[in-house]
Amino acid sequence: MNELIVKNGFVFDPLQGIKGDRMDIGIKDGKFVETSALGNPKVIDAAGKTVMAGGVDIHSHVVGPKVNVGRLFRPEDKLFKSPLKRGNRMEMGFSVPSTFKTGYDYARMGYVFVNEAAMPPLHSPHVHEEIRDTPIIDNAAMPVFGNNWFTLEYLKNNEIENNAAYTAWLLRATRGFAIKVVNPGGTEAWGWGLNCESIHDPVPYFDITPAKIVTGLIETNEHLGLPHSVHLHCNNLGNPGNYTDTLDSLKLAEGYTAKNNFGREQVLHITHIQFDSYGGDSWRTFESKAEEIMDYVNAHDNITVDIGQVTLDETTTMTADGPFEHSLRGLNNLKWANTDVELETAAGVVPYVYSPNIRVCTIQWAVGLELALFAKDPMRTFISTDHPNAGPFFRYPRVIKWLMSREARDTTMKTFKWLERTIDATSIDGIDRELTLYEIAQMTRAGPAKALGISNTYGGLVPGMDANVAIYALNPEDMPSDPEMIEKAFSQCAYLIKDGVVAVQNGEVVAEPAKRTVWVDVKVPDNAQVQRDIYEHFLRHYSVGVENYKLFDEHVHNPRAIEVDATQ
Amino acid sequence: MKTVTLTLAKSPELYIEGQNITPDQFAGKKAAEIASLDVWEGKLKGPLGNYFTVEGDGGATAGETKIVLRGDCTRVKRIGQQMTAGEIVVEGNADMYIGGWMKGGKIHVKGNVDSFCGIGMEGGELIIDGDAGHHLGSSPRGEWRGMQGGLIRVAGNAGNDTATFINGGTIIIGGDADIHISTHGEGGTVIVKGDAKGRVGGQMVKGNIYVYGTIENPLPGFKLVGEVEQEVDGETARFAHHIGDLGERHPVSKGKTVYANLYTRI
Amino acid sequence: MVKKIENVGCPFCGVCCDDLVVTVSDDGKKILEVENACVIGSTVFHRAMSERHTLPRLRQPDGTYKEISYDEAIDYAARVLHNAKKPLIYGFGSTNCEGMAAAAKVAEKAGAVIDNCASICHGSSFLAIFDNGYPSCTLGEVKNRADVIVYWGANPAHAHPRHMSRYSIFPRGFFTGKGHTGRKIVVIDPRHTDTAQMADIHLQVKQGHDYDLFNAFRTVARGHDIPAEVAGVKREDIIEVVDIMKKARFGTIFYGMGLCHSDGRNHNVDIAISLTRDLNDFTKWTIMAMRGHYNITGPGVVWSWQYGFPYCLDLTKRDIAHMNPGETSSVDLAMREEVDAFFNVGTDAAAHFPIEPVKRLRKHPWITVDPHPNMATEISDLHIPVGIVGVEVPGIVYRMDNVPVQYRNVIDPPEGVPSDEELFERIYERLCELEAEDAAKAPAKAVPEGIRAGE
Repeated sequence: MNELIVKNGFVFDPLQGIKGDRMDIGIKDGKFVETSALGNPKVIDAAGKTVMAGGVDIHSHVVGPKVNVGRLFRPEDKLFKSPLKRGNRMEMGFSVPSTFKTGYDYARMGYVFVNEAAMPPLHSPHVHEEIRDTPIIDNAAMPVFGNNWFTLEYLKNNEIENNAAYTAWLLRATRGFAIKVVNPGGTEAWGWGLNCESIHDPVPYFDITPAKIVTGLIETNEHLGLPHSVHLHCNNLGNPGNYTDTLDSLKLAEGYTAKNNFGREQVLHITHIQFDSYGGDSWRTFESKAEEIMDYVNAHDNITVDIGQVTLDETTTMTADGPFEHSLRGLNNLKWANTDVELETAAGVVPYVYSPNIRVCTIQWAVGLELALFAKDPMRTFISTDHPNAGPFFRYPRVIKWLMSREARDTTMKTFKWLERTIDATSIDGIDRELTLYEIAQMTRAGPAKALGISNTYGGLVPGMDANVAIYALNPEDMPSDPEMIEKAFSQCAYLIKDGVVAVQNGEVVAEPAKRTVWVDVKVPDNAQVQRDIYEHFLRHYSVGVENYKLFDEHVHNPRAIEVDATQ
Repeated sequence: MKTVTLTLAKSPELYIEGQNITPDQFAGKKAAEIASLDVWEGKLKGPLGNYFTVEGDGGATAGETKIVLRGDCTRVKRIGQQMTAGEIVVEGNADMYIGGWMKGGKIHVKGNVDSFCGIGMEGGELIIDGDAGHHLGSSPRGEWRGMQGGLIRVAGNAGNDTATFINGGTIIIGGDADIHISTHGEGGTVIVKGDAKGRVGGQMVKGNIYVYGTIENPLPGFKLVGEVEQEVDGETARFAHHIGDLGERHPVSKGKTVYANLYTRI
Repeated sequence: MVKKIENVGCPFCGVCCDDLVVTVSDDGKKILEVENACVIGSTVFHRAMSERHTLPRLRQPDGTYKEISYDEAIDYAARVLHNAKKPLIYGFGSTNCEGMAAAAKVAEKAGAVIDNCASICHGSSFLAIFDNGYPSCTLGEVKNRADVIVYWGANPAHAHPRHMSRYSIFPRGFFTGKGHTGRKIVVIDPRHTDTAQMADIHLQVKQGHDYDLFNAFRTVARGHDIPAEVAGVKREDIIEVVDIMKKARFGTIFYGMGLCHSDGRNHNVDIAISLTRDLNDFTKWTIMAMRGHYNITGPGVVWSWQYGFPYCLDLTKRDIAHMNPGETSSVDLAMREEVDAFFNVGTDAAAHFPIEPVKRLRKHPWITVDPHPNMATEISDLHIPVGIVGVEVPGIVYRMDNVPVQYRNVIDPPEGVPSDEELFERIYERLCELEAEDAAKAPAKAVPEGIRAGE
C-alpha cells in the first residue's frame, strides 16, 4: 500500500470551494482518498504552507516539430544560458528548453499536466516521441484543424456530421486531444504567401471565411461533445488595432452552449488573448484595449481565455500562424524558419527580444496583466505565457508575483525606458487589485482543468482524482513582505506529489513517476463518404500513405484515453 | 600589477580546456589556490597544477593581474575567455577560443593561434604576432550579435570567416585573409593589409572593410561609387570606394539608405 | 503461402518512399520480392539475407576476428567508453530514432562526443540554419502547389531516384493538375547531369562560385545591375531566371552537396536561404536540403529535443552540452587528435572519412555497430552486428523534409541479434554498473534523498 498524508497545510481547492482551510489530504495508490481510509501513511508536514492541486497548463508549446526547430536553430539560446545538470539528464536551453528541462522545470513549479498547443497532424509521431522524452508531466496535444483541407471543404458545404466524423478520425489517428484553430483560413492562404486578416476575408480557392470555419468547428465540437472546446488563435494576431477583429471572433460564440459530459461550460477558448487586445492604427499609436476585451469576456459565460503574458525576456516565437511569423521577421530581421505542412497547416519560428527599453514591449507586458486583473471570473481566465512566444513557461511564478503584488508591478515598471508612454497607453497604473492565492489556484489549475474537461482527474483535490499535489512555502496568514519570495515559492515548490509519488522536494526533482499521454477517443457512426474522402486525399495529395500516417500504437507513450460516445 | 607565471610542465594527451586561465579567476588567489583551479582534458576535470607549474600570486583585482604562459600551449584552449581586465601574455602558440567573449584587458600571443579566437568579443585587445585560424572575431554559432567592440590585431594571415556578424570593434590583419570577411556584418571595421581571396562583405548590411591588396573574386553585389582619401591605422592613403551588398537589406537613416563600405587601396 | 506486406518504408535515401510492397516467404524469414522501390532500395532488402554475422567479433592479436557473446561485447564497449578521456560516437545515418535516443543516453553517461553523418554531409546546412533560419515546407506542398522547381547542386536522378516523380517535377497535385507540363524546372550545376537533362533552363555555374551567383540573383531581385557575367553565367540568363522566380506562384529550391561541399559550404546555403527570404516579399518560396540517408534527418531531430543541438555534441563535461562544428565535429576531432576512442554506428566512417582522420582514429580503440561487414568493420577492434532498421527492426525515421515516417519490419532479425536501441540500452546498464564499481572504491558522496526512476 502506497499511502501518504499531507498534514496541516492551508488548502486551496476551487473545485471544492476550499479557501485556505487548514486540513489534511489523504493519498492512497496514486489517488486522493478520505483521510479516514488511510492505514499507516507516510506523513508530509505542510504546516505553514500552501497546498494546491498539481498545476494544469492549458496552452504551451513544449513538444513537436516547430518547438524543435526553435531548439535546433538557436544554439545561442544554450550558450552560457543552460543550468548545470542536476537531475537524471542534462537540462539545455533557455527560451526553448530541451524535453528533459521542460519536464523537470514544470515539476519544480508544481505542474502535472501540460497541453501542447499545436500539433501538425502529419507530424504526430514526432510530437509523441518528444512526449515520451518529457519526464514527469502528463501531456495532451491538440491537432490543428483551422486550415485543414478536409475541414475547409466540409464546413464550406455545411457538412457538420462529416466534419465531426473526420475530426474523430484525426483525433484517433494522431492521438490528439482537442480542436485547435490557428489563424483560421489565414495559414492556408499563406500557402500562396497570403493571409486572411479579418474573419470575413475569404480563403483563396476554398472560398470559405474564417468566421464560418470557427462557427463550423464550434458546432462540430458540441456535436461530438468533446472534453475541451474549440481552442482559437485569432485572425490578425499581433497587430495594432486588432481588438475589433478579436471582438468579432468572440461574438462568433454567441448563441452556442456547451454540450458535453465533462463539466465544461465554454464553447470557445481564446488563447494568448494579450496578442489580440491592441488598439491604435500603427506601432506609433499602439495602445491597450484589454478593458474592452475583458468587458466582453466577463459578460459572456461561454468563453474562456488565457492571457499570454509578456515576460520581458529574449525568447523564441513559434506559431502555426505562418504569415504572422513572416511579418515578424520583417520587423526584426532575425532568422526565420517556416514549414508549410501539406493539406493541414504551417508554422513559423523567429527569435524575439522583449526589451524593457521598447515601448511596444512594455505596453504588451501591461496588456497581459490588465487582462488578468480585469477578470471577474478567474475560473475563466488563465495564466499562460503562450510559452515560448511571450516568454518561457518557467516565468509563471514571476507572472503570479506581478498579479499578486502591486509593489512588484511598480518595481518592474521602474525599469521601463518609456514608462510615461506605457502608462498613457494602458490602464495598468490605475489598477490596485492584487490576486489572492485562491484566485491563483483558479487561474492555474482548477479553471484550466475545467475548461479542458479534465476536472474529474486533474486540477483538484477531490477523493478519486489523481493524487497530484503541489505544496508551496507560502503561509497565507503571514505572506512575505518581499514579493520576490512569492516568485521563489512558486518556482521551487516545497513538494510536488504526482500520482501519489513525491517527485519534487525543496525545488529539486527527486523521482520521475511515470508520465502519461492523454488523448480523446471518440466513437462516431460509420461514415462512408468521409472514409472515401480520406482515401482520395491520401492517394492523390498526401506524401505519405494513410496506413503510415495513423500513429502506430507502439508510438503512443503510456496512453490515457478519454472516451466519448458520439454515436447517439 | 602582479604577475602569475604558468609553465606547461606536462603536455596533455588530448587538449586542455583552460577557461579558468583569466585574470578574473586568478585575482585575489595565491599561487596554490590558482594551481587548484579546474581545467578539463576531455571528461577529466583536474587541477591546473596537474599540467602547469604556477609561480606568483594574483593581484587584488583582475585589472591588477598579469598572466604569463610559458611552454608550448598549442594544445591549450580558451585562455582568457570572458576576461574583463588585466593582461595575458602567451610566449608561444595557443589553441582555440583565445580571448573568446572577452570584455576588457589585453591578450598578447607571440606565436600562432587556432580558430574561434576573439569570438563574441565585446571589448579589450587581442594581439597575435603570428597567424590566426578561422572565425577570427566571428560570432558564435547562431548568434546575430557578433563582435561588439575591442581590437584584434593579427600580424600574419587569417583563415576564413573573419568577423561574421560583426557589429562593432576593429580587426586588423597584417597579412592575407581567406574567403568570407564580415559576412552578415552590421557594423565594425575589418582591415586586411594583404590580399583577400573573395566573398568580401557578402550579405553585409553596414560596416567597413579595407583591403590593401587584391580581391581575387569580388562580389557582384558591390558597386564602385568613387575614390576617397582616408587615414587608416595611422597612415593616410587613397581608396576606391564600393558600396554593398546591394543584394542585402539596408536600413534607411534620415531619408538615405545606409550601405556597407568596401575600400580597396589604389 | 507467401505474405505480401504493404506500406513498407524504404531504408535507403531521404525520399523515404513508404509505398513499398514486400513479399516474404511463408516462414517469414526470406524476402522474395520488393515492389515499387528503386533499384537501390530494392537491393537493401535483398542484401539483408547475405553477409550477416549473428555474433559480435573481437579482433585478436594475430589480426583475425573471433566471435564472442553479446554480453562480452557489451562489457568491452562499455569499458572502452568508460576508460576513454574523450570517446567519439559517430554515425546514425542508417538507424531509427529510438536507437539514436538510446545512444545519446549512453554518450551522456559516458561523457562522450556524439555526432552524426551530417558532420561530413549536410552539417553545413545546419550552420546556415543557425545563422539564417529555414523557410521550408513538406514535400506534399511541393507536389500540390509548386510551379517552379530549382535543383541547385543536386542530382536526384542518381542520388534520390524517386524524388522527381513523387514530389517535385512529375506528380499531379491538388493545384498542379498538369503535372510536369505545368512546371518550370531550373537546374544549376557545373555539370550537365541527368537531372539537368530534365530542366527547362540549366545554368552551368563555375565550380565553387555558387555564392557569387546567389549574390548576383539577390542583387538583380532588388533591382540593381550586375556585371555582364557572374560565376560563368551571363547576365541575361540570371535576369531571366530571377524573373521566373519572382513570377512563380509557389517555388522550391532543392539543394545538395554542390552547395554543402564546395568553397564556403555553409555560406552557400546561407545565401540561398537569404534569396528564399527575399523572394517571399514577392511570392511564395521555400527551400529544402536534399538529405542523403533515409534517417539522417533523425539524429538532428532527436538530439535537438534532447540537448538543443543537432550534431557535433560534446557531452564530455557531463553537466552541460557544447557544440561548435569546426571544433566538435568528427573529422576535426580526428585530425586534431582530440579523441581517444571511436564508435562507428550505422555508417562506414572508414569509407567516408578522408584517409588521414581514419588513420588517426585507428590509433585508438575502434568499435563498429552495423548489421553488415563494411570497410569500418574490417579495421575495427570490435564489430557488433545489429538488426537492419526498416527490414528487421521497426521505428520512426525522419524524411528530408523533417516529416516523421513510421517504418515497419518485414522479417525478424537473426536470432539473438539486438536492435541498436536494445544494444545501447544494455551498454547503458553496463556503464551504470562500472560507475557504481568506481563509486564503491571512492569515498562515499552525499546523495540526494529519494529514488530516481530508471536507475
